[in-house]
Amino acid sequence: MRLLTHNMLVSNAKGVSEAEGYPLALEVTEHRREETEFDVETTRKTMETVKYDALRGAARAVAIDLPEVYDGDDADLLRKVHEALCDVHVIEGCLVCPKSGRRFPINNGIPNLLLHEDEL
Amino acid sequence: MAAQASAEDAKLDGWVPSLDHATFVDWNRVYEPSEDTFLLLDALFADRAALRASRAIVEIGPGSGVVATYLAKLTRNSVLAVDINEAACALTMRTAEANGARVDVMRGDLCGALRSYSVDALVFNPPYVPTDDEEVGGAGIEASWAGGRNGRRVLDRLLPHVARVLAPAGRFYVVCVAENDPASIVSYLRARGLTGETVLRRRARNEALSVLRFVRAAPS
Ligand SMILES: C[S@@+](CC[C@H](N)C(=O)[O-])C[C@H]1O[C@@H](n2cnc3c(N)ncnc32)[C@H](O)[C@@H]1O
Repeated sequence: MRLLTHNMLVSNAKGVSEAEGYPLALEVTEHRREETEFDVETTRKTMETVKYDALRGAARAVAIDLPEVYDGDDADLLRKVHEALCDVHVIEGCLVCPKSGRRFPINNGIPNLLLHEDEL
Repeated sequence: MAAQASAEDAKLDGWVPSLDHATFVDWNRVYEPSEDTFLLLDALFADRAALRASRAIVEIGPGSGVVATYLAKLTRNSVLAVDINEAACALTMRTAEANGARVDVMRGDLCGALRSYSVDALVFNPPYVPTDDEEVGGAGIEASWAGGRNGRRVLDRLLPHVARVLAPAGRFYVVCVAENDPASIVSYLRARGLTGETVLRRRARNEALSVLRFVRAAPS
């Protein structure tokens, strides 16, 4: 799971609203990096739909420090943002609902957001 | 440049990602690409310009992963693929890797775990075969085709989410058959601000297949 995906995910635990269930806390026990081509324009475009604060929080879990404020004109920042969004893969870990504490495991790079029948 | 681009496009026209890594064990648990799959690939190829302008691309129900992989190659972007079937998730991951495509895989139920306005292009080839309602609701191979009444049970659970998750310039592609009553899908989403039309149609064996495309209606 890339952090780009984490940025789109919201807790679907019962009784949790979207505002309460976003962003999911990220716990990482194993991750890897795979460098991909960086392009300033593409990253800037991608950032139009990314929630920066959520990305910043998630990036911290993989030891990438992003500044408090996003600046789309800062090429160095954009490179770092690109690395965080696209190059990091969380292999093992957990996504945690900030409201209910429901834990969604990430195994073999695949997060499981499926709720059990008794949770619906 | 233009000539180069079209040579690249020519390679993608009618191309199907390799599934050489899959065996009969996989096809006992995961939907094997069929005419509906190929029709969807053709519709996506035809819309490549708009898809390449998309930022976030999501496929619901990737099955073998061919469509998600194709989309990632077509757009040179990454794609998020969400399936309820664990075996489909694993195979989608392998298919993306075997073809060098950037696909993230997640196990989940439809769009329930996606935040609002986060998706630029949403793609779904749903379980559309009319069956008894009792056959719907599993997470195995039957989830790839069992559509319940009118083949609409699963799609109808997704439809209310489509208008929620699509970004303002978002689009939605869905495969259906005549029994699904495509006109009523169009009118349901029209009431939620999306304009739909049939972009591709094909008859395959006993199925009258089509691909519908929806975009947000311009505010009038
Ligand atoms: C007709 S198959 C399409 C597979 C592949 N996209 C293709 O075109 O060949 C439908 C897929 O939707 C998945 N599916 C069914 N119900 C789902 C749900 N509620 N959430 C996510 N995926 C679902 C099935 O597991 C299956 O992989």
